[in-house]
Amino acid sequence: MAVVTLTINDELTSAQEGVTVLEAAANADIHIPTLCHVDGVGDVGACRVCLVEVVGERKLQPACMTPVREGMVVQSETERLRGYRRTIVELLFSERNHVCSVCVANGHCELQDLAIDVGMDHVPYEYLYPDCDVDATHDRFTLDHNRCVLCSRCVRVCDEIEGAHTWDVMGRGTSSRVISDLNVPWGSADSCTSCGKCVMACPTGALFTRGAATAEMEKDRSTLAFLTRARGKNEWVR
Amino acid sequence: MNLPALHEMATGERRANGGTHIHTCVASGCLSSNSQAVHDSLTAAAVDADPNSDVRACAVGCLRLCSEGPLVSVTQPDGEATLYRNVAPEHAASIVGALNGGDAEVDTVDPDHPFFAGQEGIVLENSGKVEPERIESYVAAGGYESLYHVVHEMTPNEVVDEVTRSGLRGRGGAGFPTGVKWATVAKQEAAQKYVVCNADEGDPGAFMDRSVLESDPHRVLEGMAISAYAVGATQGYVYVRGEYPLAIKRLTRAIRQARRLGVLGTQVFESFFDFRIDIRVGAGAFVCGEETALIASIEGQRGTPRPRPPFPAESGIWGSPTLINNVETFANIVPIVREGTDWFASIGTEKSKGTKVFALAGKVRHTGLIEVPMGTTLQEIVIDMAGGTPDERQVKAVQTGGPSGGCIPASALDTPVDYESLAEIGSIMGSGGMIVMDDQDSMIDVARFFMEFCMEESCGKCAPCRIGTVQLHRLLAKLTSGNGTAADVAALEHLSDVVRHTSLCGLGQTAPNPVLSTLRHFPEEYEAAITK
Repeated sequence: MAVVTLTINDELTSAQEGVTVLEAAANADIHIPTLCHVDGVGDVGACRVCLVEVVGERKLQPACMTPVREGMVVQSETERLRGYRRTIVELLFSERNHVCSVCVANGHCELQDLAIDVGMDHVPYEYLYPDCDVDATHDRFTLDHNRCVLCSRCVRVCDEIEGAHTWDVMGRGTSSRVISDLNVPWGSADSCTSCGKCVMACPTGALFTRGAATAEMEKDRSTLAFLTRARGKNEWVR
Repeated sequence: MNLPALHEMATGERRANGGTHIHTCVASGCLSSNSQAVHDSLTAAAVDADPNSDVRACAVGCLRLCSEGPLVSVTQPDGEATLYRNVAPEHAASIVGALNGGDAEVDTVDPDHPFFAGQEGIVLENSGKVEPERIESYVAAGGYESLYHVVHEMTPNEVVDEVTRSGLRGRGGAGFPTGVKWATVAKQEAAQKYVVCNADEGDPGAFMDRSVLESDPHRVLEGMAISAYAVGATQGYVYVRGEYPLAIKRLTRAIRQARRLGVLGTQVFESFFDFRIDIRVGAGAFVCGEETALIASIEGQRGTPRPRPPFPAESGIWGSPTLINNVETFANIVPIVREGTDWFASIGTEKSKGTKVFALAGKVRHTGLIEVPMGTTLQEIVIDMAGGTPDERQVKAVQTGGPSGGCIPASALDTPVDYESLAEIGSIMGSGGMIVMDDQDSMIDVARFFMEFCMEESCGKCAPCRIGTVQLHRLLAKLTSGNGTAADVAALEHLSDVVRHTSLCGLGQTAPNPVLSTLRHFPEEYEAAITK
């Protein structure tokens, strides 16, 4: 496979043709913050946290979905981008009821880590305090809409890896909600195989193991990583 | 179907139409004021007066001056035309009686009024003349001859070149050169390509596309077929919003008629060119007018956009190259092919060719549809043609481009209407909605209205648009309620910048435009709204 060279944050680096800017940056040990990206499933470019400036492009591009090109010059750490990123994270915190101190994922939460990463010290916007449900009908897992950031990781993991497509999104704007099957309680969703991949993929405390108490929910990505690696190497081909 | 048969049909129709015509507008505007009953009673009155007369009552499309509907246009065999306004069913006998001389006791409209005199009909040339529900009527007006000409006498490349040289730009709002788009799709090597007509017109106050579809559906179909031949597509979709039942009905009928006639479907005009058109009805989401969301919706998925590139011209419906143009863009194709590119390129300005249809609404005396050459100034449109505000108040601003556009202050009414000039002043051409506001209107209120619209129509996929529009709306509501502070205005500016540059699709990227343009042109209103 052909190799291209590109510059990320003034650092000359090489990458295989066809990989994304995000992958190329990761290979070069350059950290670009992400939220909706999860290894092993397709990207949607929805959270807008990984936006980068590409010289010659009028618009900012999501690093997770932009393929590398020969001679490309990418900036991911300009003052402007940092400002945008912080505002986006602030907006995410203002949207639902993210109360870290009583959250099952406190201390193991990617949203929390991201807030620290982008240097958010307070939320300058009004909290929307939406009225969100908690779906505790499943016998092993729980869905707490109060913590959901609509990254759609659960939707993609369930669809692309498990092949069940239990999850989808309903409604629009801030009324969007992740739903199981045709908006039935998770416990009665026939398509759910109870594999738990969605729970492990979820960046926040929105999906967690039933019974987990504050700060107890640690996400284990090893199964996902194993599946992704095995598929990538075609280890399951008969 | 072949050319002699087409000509025969046209001649037959013209012969039957030799006498006097009574044209009643049955597009949505006039229908809402009972024009169907007017048409029915005129038909009956014509027969009552003389069962053997050559007077024909026809149900036609938009006669443009929507505020004065129902409109009835009477054309005598010698070409003399009278336009009646505010016609009621009981006026029918009087109108028919006046055909043999004398005046009907119905208000008329002066055909030389600037509202009509300033117009140039390219897209709307058949509107109000042909009967939208009868293909014969369209054929009599020269319909489908351009398609025959293209399919039998031109190569696909020649058609693309023709459109490129005409300088036509997308009428959906962004103004991308149509020829370049066609060429991109034409150059793709793929077994299957698609052509899509974007009829998901959703801007508040805009009704141009609706009117074109209701008044002259065949012209859009013919334009689509020509584009399909040019780019090598065999399947087309018209994506029309579900809120336009009449447009859907007339399109469905038009497609059926065209297939029966052999000008759509397999072997168009007995050539090797196949083209089928189907309708896809939107379910009420504004964002489905964005091309990638529209594609997702056609595919049966949730209508949410995806990042571009890849552009639909490379990878659209089910991964195939897809040409997406707006209704008005397709409606421009037939005249370009028929009259030639030089003719088309001679109309308009250097960079914006042809005409643009605007839906005039808001505080103007004459509301309705106008089609003007590009480069006409807002002054001419709003003051001269539309007659200014109805109660002699000052025009304060003109809003173009709907929720993606901006407010142009009265001091800039000398701005010519073309893509660049409007963008320069902080608005956009948009799809053609034009809302006039007078000195009683608060600009912050206007910005808040459009932000509320964007907030409700945001699909929720990307974070900045989903939450940013809600927060922007809250800030604007705070300002309009009189509780705003200077910090709120600063936050408004900052958040507008973020939403504009980080949102995934055009909806979010342009949602702050009404805020930014009012901040730019009416800063004093924001200052006045701040609590000291």
